[in-house]
Amino acid sequence: MSTNTLAWSGLTADRTRMLRLLQEYGVYAALVVLFLVAVGLDTSFVEMSNIRVQLFQLAPTLLVALGMALVIGTEGIDLSVGAVIALAASVVPLYAGYGLGGVLLAALLLGAASGAVGGAMVAFARIQPIVATLSLMIGVRGLAEIVNGNSAKAVTQSGVLALGSRTVAGIPEMAWIAAVCALLTGLLVRRTTFGRQLVAVGDNRRAGWLSGLPVRRVLITVYVISGVLAALAGVLVVGHGAEADPANQGLNMELNAITAVVVGGTPLSGGRVRVLGTVAGALFMQLITAVLTQHNVHTSYTQIVEAAIICFAVYASQERGTR
Amino acid sequence: MTSTALTTPARTAADASPLTLGERIAPQIQRRGALAVLVLVVAIASATSSTFPTWSNISSILGNNAFVWLLALGMTFVIMTGGIDLSVGSMYALGGVLGAYGSTHGTWLAILLPLAVGAAWGTVQGLLVARARMAPFIVSLVGLLGLRGLLQAVTDEGATTYLVPQHSAFRSLGAGTWTPVLIVAALFALGALLLHRTGFGATLTAMGGNENAALLLGLPVARAKVLVYLLSGTLAAAAGALGGARLGSGVTTLGVGYELTAIASVVIGGTLLTGGSGSVGGTVSGVLLLAVIHNLIDHYFSQYGSAFTDTVNGAFLAVVVLMQALLSRTQQLE
Repeated sequence: MSTNTLAWSGLTADRTRMLRLLQEYGVYAALVVLFLVAVGLDTSFVEMSNIRVQLFQLAPTLLVALGMALVIGTEGIDLSVGAVIALAASVVPLYAGYGLGGVLLAALLLGAASGAVGGAMVAFARIQPIVATLSLMIGVRGLAEIVNGNSAKAVTQSGVLALGSRTVAGIPEMAWIAAVCALLTGLLVRRTTFGRQLVAVGDNRRAGWLSGLPVRRVLITVYVISGVLAALAGVLVVGHGAEADPANQGLNMELNAITAVVVGGTPLSGGRVRVLGTVAGALFMQLITAVLTQHNVHTSYTQIVEAAIICFAVYASQERGTR
Repeated sequence: MTSTALTTPARTAADASPLTLGERIAPQIQRRGALAVLVLVVAIASATSSTFPTWSNISSILGNNAFVWLLALGMTFVIMTGGIDLSVGSMYALGGVLGAYGSTHGTWLAILLPLAVGAAWGTVQGLLVARARMAPFIVSLVGLLGLRGLLQAVTDEGATTYLVPQHSAFRSLGAGTWTPVLIVAALFALGALLLHRTGFGATLTAMGGNENAALLLGLPVARAKVLVYLLSGTLAAAAGALGGARLGSGVTTLGVGYELTAIASVVIGGTLLTGGSGSVGGTVSGVLLLAVIHNLIDHYFSQYGSAFTDTVNGAFLAVVVLMQALLSRTQQLE
């Protein structure tokens, strides 16, 4: 098998290099091309009002995708993020009396708790991440619906509403928050010991463990970060929609986040986190949905196009000849 | 997979000494735990509730759920190879719509059209996993999204509903309690034979245990992979079509989250998600146990609504996988 692969890569070195370039910079190039196409089709696309709408929709997805990128970097996956958004949404009306600070504290603590449970299942019980977070996904959304009751609740707390609607320098506050979180995540991965440990654990957990890295602590921490970011996204979603609706908010968010991460070039096999790529991936998916909807393409075809993009992105970002 | 060759020092020491009672019982619990719990739950429910053991209740549990259990049958095969198929919920809905559409042109088309589409998409997924070596999770996620899209396209964004003609023979396939139960029981029996009594089943077990070793043994690993996704896709589409026959129409909104229930049933039935160990009989216990528990929750906690069912489901799955991890001890730091 390995000699075969070697011969293959030797004969088609150019093709391999092309694939590598595509893997590294493909998402940025695709983003630029798509943006130019969008503007070319309809110049009103670059109007500030439209860009603001796009950014409002993008911010929660991006926050969740950042946490997901870290989890995927450890060769894990977090399916519970959509449910955590619902859980955060369900506590907003309960803590509205304590102001924005109280709401955020309650929501983020719950997000951290959910992440800690998932992380502990992965780190200590060694359950596969997909199953551990799957059970959380089902259970936490049920919990959120129990907390909230059957119908959606209107939210009137001014701080929460402002968070979801205010703009600073023409850009939604939500987008600024997401951008700051992206910057912090980038620094965390690139410039801290924890970032190094995360990548090492994702690359080869056994080697990390044998060389004395705190594997369990790293694993639990990434799931906690993912839970906290999802909870923050949940508060933003409630603020933007002015209602808490745990039955519907955050549905499919795990899929959107995974898509953004994967399209951004982070390999599912772990050992690498591309934060800027994740931002670009989230932007790309937002843009493609926006373009298709603006030109009245049915949601069915939008979905099929998105599926095809995921498929292509994963295929292109796969490590060749490693197996 | 390579790490299965490396065992931790603790494990090696345990292997050298004779097995303790706990070490002998643990695999048995892991394999037959679901059956034991099922018997226990049914016994307690029958003794304490007057409505549970009635025929009308039991026939509603069996008749209304039987077709969905086919998703778990297909999933058992996929999980045995260490893979996963998230597309079955979407395929179930698509199968229902295609079946209802086909039934307006004749019973044979109603059966063959969903089977053909299910087999075709299953083959595509299998080829992507086996030949392009893409992660099963992502490939079937693409299936989950893409098939929903296709479903929306076929039904004009849900605006068109295909009805099964009133006197179509297709309807009789899903009617009553006994027809669905017998069809599903027969398919499960065939599945058990396929997994436990054929060379194909042995190949699946071998490659799920250690794919490299299976490759080196010369087993047709890639072909087996394509076949399990083909089987899963076909069964999901067939289940959807039969469900459509029961309902008398193709319902586009069905099937959301069914893949999760199917995975949960398989895992509860004692099949390891790492592959290589599991049984169709375990999956039968798993689906029956979940169905009985849902029935009991609906009966006793109906005032809390479906949210309570979800919470219990999630907690139950978490407890089961924790138990499995503790009992099997085959999962290692990977």
